[in-house]
Amino acid sequence: MPTLSTQPLVLGGRTFASRLFVGTGKFSSPQLMKETLAACRPALATVALKRADLSGKHDPFADILDYLEPDKYLVLPNTAGAMNADEAVRLARLGAAAGLPKWVKLEIHPDPNYLLPDPIETLRAAEILAREGFVVLPYINADPVLALRLQDVGCAAVMPLGAPIGSNRGLETRAQIAIIIEQARVPVVVDAGIGRPSHAAEAMEMGADAVLVNTAIAVSPDPVRAALAFALAVEAGRAAYETGLPAAGHRAEATSPLTAFLG
Amino acid sequence: MRNAEHRISAMTTFSAILPTLPLERWIERSRTAREDEAVAVLKNGRARTMEDFCALLSPAAAPHLEELAAQSQKLTRHFFGNTIRLFAPLYLSNECVNVCKYCGFSRHNAIPRITLPAAKVEDETRLLAGRGFRSLLIVAGEHPKYVANGYVAECIRRCLPLTPQIALELGPLETAEYAPLVAAGAEGLVVYQETYHEPTYREMHTAGPKKHYAWRLDTPERGHAAGFRRLGIGALFGLHDWRFEAVALAAHGRHLLKHCWNSYLTLALPRLRPAAGGFNVAPENVLADRELVQIMCALRLLLPTAGLVLSTREPANLRDGLCTLGVTHMSAGSSTEPGGYSHFDESQWTPTRVQPGEQFHIADERPPQVVAAMLKRRGLDPVWKDHDLALTRPPQDWPAGTVTATSLEDVTSQTAPLQFGLPRAKH
Repeated sequence: MPTLSTQPLVLGGRTFASRLFVGTGKFSSPQLMKETLAACRPALATVALKRADLSGKHDPFADILDYLEPDKYLVLPNTAGAMNADEAVRLARLGAAAGLPKWVKLEIHPDPNYLLPDPIETLRAAEILAREGFVVLPYINADPVLALRLQDVGCAAVMPLGAPIGSNRGLETRAQIAIIIEQARVPVVVDAGIGRPSHAAEAMEMGADAVLVNTAIAVSPDPVRAALAFALAVEAGRAAYETGLPAAGHRAEATSPLTAFLG
Repeated sequence: MRNAEHRISAMTTFSAILPTLPLERWIERSRTAREDEAVAVLKNGRARTMEDFCALLSPAAAPHLEELAAQSQKLTRHFFGNTIRLFAPLYLSNECVNVCKYCGFSRHNAIPRITLPAAKVEDETRLLAGRGFRSLLIVAGEHPKYVANGYVAECIRRCLPLTPQIALELGPLETAEYAPLVAAGAEGLVVYQETYHEPTYREMHTAGPKKHYAWRLDTPERGHAAGFRRLGIGALFGLHDWRFEAVALAAHGRHLLKHCWNSYLTLALPRLRPAAGGFNVAPENVLADRELVQIMCALRLLLPTAGLVLSTREPANLRDGLCTLGVTHMSAGSSTEPGGYSHFDESQWTPTRVQPGEQFHIADERPPQVVAAMLKRRGLDPVWKDHDLALTRPPQDWPAGTVTATSLEDVTSQTAPLQFGLPRAKH
């Protein structure tokens, strides 16, 4: 994997070599998930606490944690399934008590059909968990004021959606994400809706600090190669952001100055 | 518990809405839509309206079943990934005060009746948990004396440490009666209308509280108001014309998605199985295999994010085919008799006695692990656990044996054991 970016991602006090985050749902087998993560070497992999056995008994019927490799990437517990702040807070505490990193991707979506995040409950839970010392990464709609409010209560990053989870529709919230990035004091991770490597590159070119991809990788006929394609796109987009993008023009501009003969 | 108190308005319950819907027009369209209309919906890949859905149910759509199945499969994989959730039904009691012409538990059927003591329910759950299940559907006949609320709550409390996810399929109750069952830890409520055709409903349910059509129809909304997170609905195919049932079921599903927006909806399409009482399905009401596939896939195009449940009522070969097309939840190795799991020889996977008192006889008798292996061969990850007690219960109510961490209310001061060998985050 070529590394073009010269500025590593710093989030929650840690430095990450990659700017790709990967979700672990929807894979056809845990083996394939493990192989995919090993190949694309993401910064972190999110895992739904509700699917894991947290008793420490290595339940063979809930063994998703046994397929994750915390020496290769950070394991980021998420609160999928929580419908309000209380449930999310309980899940996060449970993950930490079970020995998982005291980090949490906060996702609270009471509507199970579009899985859109509840802004009120998310802010409530973020405040509680940040106060308890969690590194909180909230999944939110692309709402700039909400993003600021979450930073005010101590979130380590904000994760605005590009489009609804799993929709593969790309950066439909582009204009709002641009404002969030402009105003951010913490890393901005574009989460959800990224269906193509070009979407990921676009988010990175805009100045997003990282992107999170799940469905487009997990449901691909070849998840390993799809994940590599996203990793390359993220790297390319970031390098382009760092080097600066040329302004788009409407007319051709000669590469040699027309007036060079004047000396 | 939900974020806010939910109230049901009598004006918006489905029993009030149903008579205002153009059901007759929809059903007519499900019989007479032209082939080009059905093909146009298929090209879209989604049924945007009830009219679209009805066109997909039509005889004109039948020759395009392969294409419909492909669209359904694509949507299902997209929204649910390459996974199937597994669950087991657990029958508490076959006592029932209702007279239902088609059901093995019907009051006048001469079958041995039992209600399992709660300790026995726990034993059965332990067996099921040993087979992998982390999601239960607790089922019981309707009997206010034997299947009383306190008893059901006690069963839930005993089963939770073994299976964190519990749904109920009981006789309909009032919202206030459901609330203690939600408080005990039940997370889902399943109630099938059986038939949406009211005259047929009255003919089939001649005595007992079940004879009240509207009372049953509004059960999911009462359950939602009580705080259930998952609502399961269904029609029992074989009682009335299948297109009527499919259209009404879809309309019910759409209604619930709007009015109970923060609950997860599942739909089931059970077909009548042979049972005590010897009810015969009228030839015109038979739902053929191809038609079952047609309904299931059409429902997927209408409701892409709804769960579709497939039970062991259906035979193995059909289940193997259907699991990749649109189904999201499957039961496996089921018994429909209270105490039935304890009477199996697991090495043979056959009953060790003649089964008395079952609700109906299942068709797919394969053990859960064989079904799970079949799913894996088809590229589907069998998901056993998809819910955690932490979602529905405060930690002081977690049973012994789960990660209770008394200091969970504040883990900041806690040095938890590294049970997974995962590095703790550095700050």
